[in-house]
Amino acid sequence: MSGTFIGMPKFQTAAKEALGNSQQRRNLQHATGTIRGKRARVVEELDNWEELRQAGAAIKDNVLTHLDTYLVQLEESLTRAGATVHWAADAEEANRIVTSLVRATGAEEVVKVKSMATQEIGLNEALEEAGIHAWETDLAELIVQLGHDKPSHILVPAIHRNRAEIREIFLREMGQVGTPPPGGLTSDPRELAEAARVHLREKFLRAKVAISGANFAIAETGTLVVVESEGNGRMCLTLPETLISVVGIEKVLPRLEDLEVFMQLLPRSSTGERMNPYTSTWTGITPGDGPQDVHVVLLDNGRTDALADRVGRQALRCIRCSACLNVCPVYQRVGGHSYGSVYPGPIGAILNPQLRGTASDVDQSLPYASSLCGACGDVCPVNIEIPELLVHLRTRVVDEHRGGIPSGEQIAMKGAAWMFADHRRWEKAQKGAELSGRALGKKDTIGRLPGPLSAWSDARDAPTPPTESFRSWWKREKGDQP
Amino acid sequence: MRPVQSTRDDMLARITAALVGADRTPPPEREYGATTPLPDIAVTFAERVEDYRAVVERVAPDGIPAAVAAALSLATRVVIPPGLPREWVATLDGVEVVADQGDLSSDELDRFDAVVTAAAVGIAVTGTIVLDHGPDQGRRALSLVPDVHVCVVHESQLVGDVPESIAPLRDAIDAGRPLTWISGPSATSDIELERVEGVHGPRTLHVLLVGTDHPLPPA
Ligand code: SF4
Repeated sequence: MSGTFIGMPKFQTAAKEALGNSQQRRNLQHATGTIRGKRARVVEELDNWEELRQAGAAIKDNVLTHLDTYLVQLEESLTRAGATVHWAADAEEANRIVTSLVRATGAEEVVKVKSMATQEIGLNEALEEAGIHAWETDLAELIVQLGHDKPSHILVPAIHRNRAEIREIFLREMGQVGTPPPGGLTSDPRELAEAARVHLREKFLRAKVAISGANFAIAETGTLVVVESEGNGRMCLTLPETLISVVGIEKVLPRLEDLEVFMQLLPRSSTGERMNPYTSTWTGITPGDGPQDVHVVLLDNGRTDALADRVGRQALRCIRCSACLNVCPVYQRVGGHSYGSVYPGPIGAILNPQLRGTASDVDQSLPYASSLCGACGDVCPVNIEIPELLVHLRTRVVDEHRGGIPSGEQIAMKGAAWMFADHRRWEKAQKGAELSGRALGKKDTIGRLPGPLSAWSDARDAPTPPTESFRSWWKREKGDQP
Repeated sequence: MRPVQSTRDDMLARITAALVGADRTPPPEREYGATTPLPDIAVTFAERVEDYRAVVERVAPDGIPAAVAAALSLATRVVIPPGLPREWVATLDGVEVVADQGDLSSDELDRFDAVVTAAAVGIAVTGTIVLDHGPDQGRRALSLVPDVHVCVVHESQLVGDVPESIAPLRDAIDAGRPLTWISGPSATSDIELERVEGVHGPRTLHVLLVGTDHPLPPA
């Protein structure tokens, strides 16, 4: 399995191939549809959902715009609590730090808690190169790893596989790396889960080193938080002697109280449950309980580049809930592999080009991997304006292609042509204009439009649009009827 | 290899540079610890825990030993935290009860059928039990490795929703103790999104909700 997806074709090519895979499309439609329904039900239970989203976004914005302060505070708290803090500028440095920490323990294998950050840096491959086996312990990650496959969803990485395929993978691969599945294994999910339990228990009980990420890192107390379902996280975080956590620098939360906001937002957005089965928090070292050698690797790997983009920075609010994938019509048809990254779907389309830059074909193509229907932005628990960001990044790709800094008029023409090329874009622009119209109150000309439209609007005094467009009136009145 | 110190300074310098001219936003105004009004907090808690396919029973304070014994009817070896009230497990018949002294290895823990613990906080709206791993809850491995977890929660420990749960947990965090939030038994939905209970954590969660207001006899 490669976490870095080197040599992936650009999105459009990969998507075309994926569209031919009808089995995968069926699996995806079923799975995303199921989670969508569950999410909608549990979100409806909370009458303060909007307020929670605003709070989530505001806490993250506060973190991001004071990141230097909070990171230093986190380092102090962690150190006080007995953990060792490491800083890693990129994937290579992070992998080097983790590898040497594992080597120092003399262990030849590690157990892993599902973590996007370690996938992003290709840690498993780096460890393997150093002769250290990394065992994924989340059931879906195990399926992906045993299948020599790549994850295709943030939350359920094996979402593209059905039970028959999983059974085959288990029968073929499990015995080669540990306890084989019991004889007569059927494709009943219960039996498959039991086979994974037996297979992994042996690894948990003998593991000396575990590697995790963290969903949140609390600056004030030095507490790390991991949210999970199966108990594999608890096993890894509790039983081994050494624990190494790779944490993206944007994961900081200022205070313990902030947790309440995210512990409401994350499970409901992610699995559609009121709460996930298990959440573990640990604060450095606790004598007599859990790992006594605790390390935290603070990872940049492009995050400071994203931070420098005034518009793009909000992508760093992302809490990796995957709600935007499940509502995305493009993701549902093409699957996660087409995005050429561990971050697929709408969040991948805006995060990857920012973390990795837009030099490669795949990163240039990602901002176009969207119909701009707006569903992702509506569902995001931390209010990331994904469609606006897509437009922003398209402009960046276009500019970089042309070379040099474009003139205002060029952008204006490009923006206008682009906008009129597709009715959804026009609708979106109108929606943006409606919002800014509202924000402007009594003003009778519109101000700046977002993204490439800004140059167009900057050069004109366009009349304020009506507060509601005909199209959105129709949508409100008639729903989604054609 | 660059010294670690230099990466740290580089990263912090990059952040500071990235934020030049940024609108440094303040933390949001938020009323932390706000209470959630519920008609009957214990009823909501019990219902929500049950939604996860956990077993929930409401018992009077003097009903704990009998309820624990009933919950453990299939167990032969039970581990308990060092500070668990011993009377809770005093009536277990033909069951070996071992109090953890911190020296049991993972393999040894794996040979116990069940564990009995107290809890720190119960969150009604989400049906969550929080352990702060004080002496009556024990170290984390205890409530993780055995297959059955019997957890005794007092109604006085219930809060309405997540916002209220943080304040009562702060002391444990400040003391450097870990927390485990438990919402139902271990579960996975990784195979075709079909929920299966019991992967690596306890496959059975048995919650005894203790109160004087609405005591029901143990089943
Ligand atoms: S962008 Fe928003 S919806 Fe998508 S994964 Fe991140 S937090 Fe969730």
